[in-house]
Amino acid sequence: MAVLLEKSFPVEAGAYTTAGEASTTIKRTLKQLGISADVLRHVSVACYEVELNLVIHSLGGTLTLLVDPEKVTLISKDIGPGIPDIDKAMTEGFSTANEEARTLGFGAGMGLPNMKRNATEFDIQSEVGVGTTITMCFALG
Amino acid sequence: MTIKELTELIEGTDLTPDAEKDATVTCGYTCDLLSWVMAHGAAGMAWVTVQTHMNVIAVASLMEMAAVIIPEGIEMEEPSLAKAREEGINVLSTRLTSYEVCARLAAAGLPGKNREE
Repeated sequence: MAVLLEKSFPVEAGAYTTAGEASTTIKRTLKQLGISADVLRHVSVACYEVELNLVIHSLGGTLTLLVDPEKVTLISKDIGPGIPDIDKAMTEGFSTANEEARTLGFGAGMGLPNMKRNATEFDIQSEVGVGTTITMCFALG
Repeated sequence: MTIKELTELIEGTDLTPDAEKDATVTCGYTCDLLSWVMAHGAAGMAWVTVQTHMNVIAVASLMEMAAVIIPEGIEMEEPSLAKAREEGINVLSTRLTSYEVCARLAAAGLPGKNREE
């Protein structure tokens, strides 16, 4: 399928104050493309959750937005540390967030399940010492 | 309910007078755990929280909420307010507690969020 748009956003580890900037830009971009409010909401929530995960858990990474006529795709790719047990990480309520994240009101163990709930398709691949890649697709119409 | 009606109802101070006031408040909510709000928030919501950092504005903006209400006279830091102005998010401050704010919203007929959502 022909890609109409591709944009990448670097996300810095530990950058709590700017967390959400990539998601806000992505939301604005999709709004300009005329994506429906319902899809926009699902993409926004999942996108912010994955951006927060990069800030809280990763050593840094990149968020990539792809749009084609049939779907919106978000790819989060980080440079580590990797998730030892994905099934456990996907369990609602399980979190390894640090004290700083918890003080801000994050780390309730809702992120990954919330992404899966909002995306039409959700895939997570991770290798300890290498990194994690999350791919989410959102069907249009 | 309009932002103006909401502000009067909670004896609030509008911290973002330049934000658009035509948003319709459709439901009320209170929670201080942002992860939880990300999973359960809704568009048009008036969200009461004691959290005042910038991520509050990001959550409210991404979820297209109508307003953020900061209770108990807590001050929101300037970078967060600047972000709210940038994103056009209404932030109201009140002396009332979260409990009192919610009691007033409910008494005025504002529902909780639709549980089906």
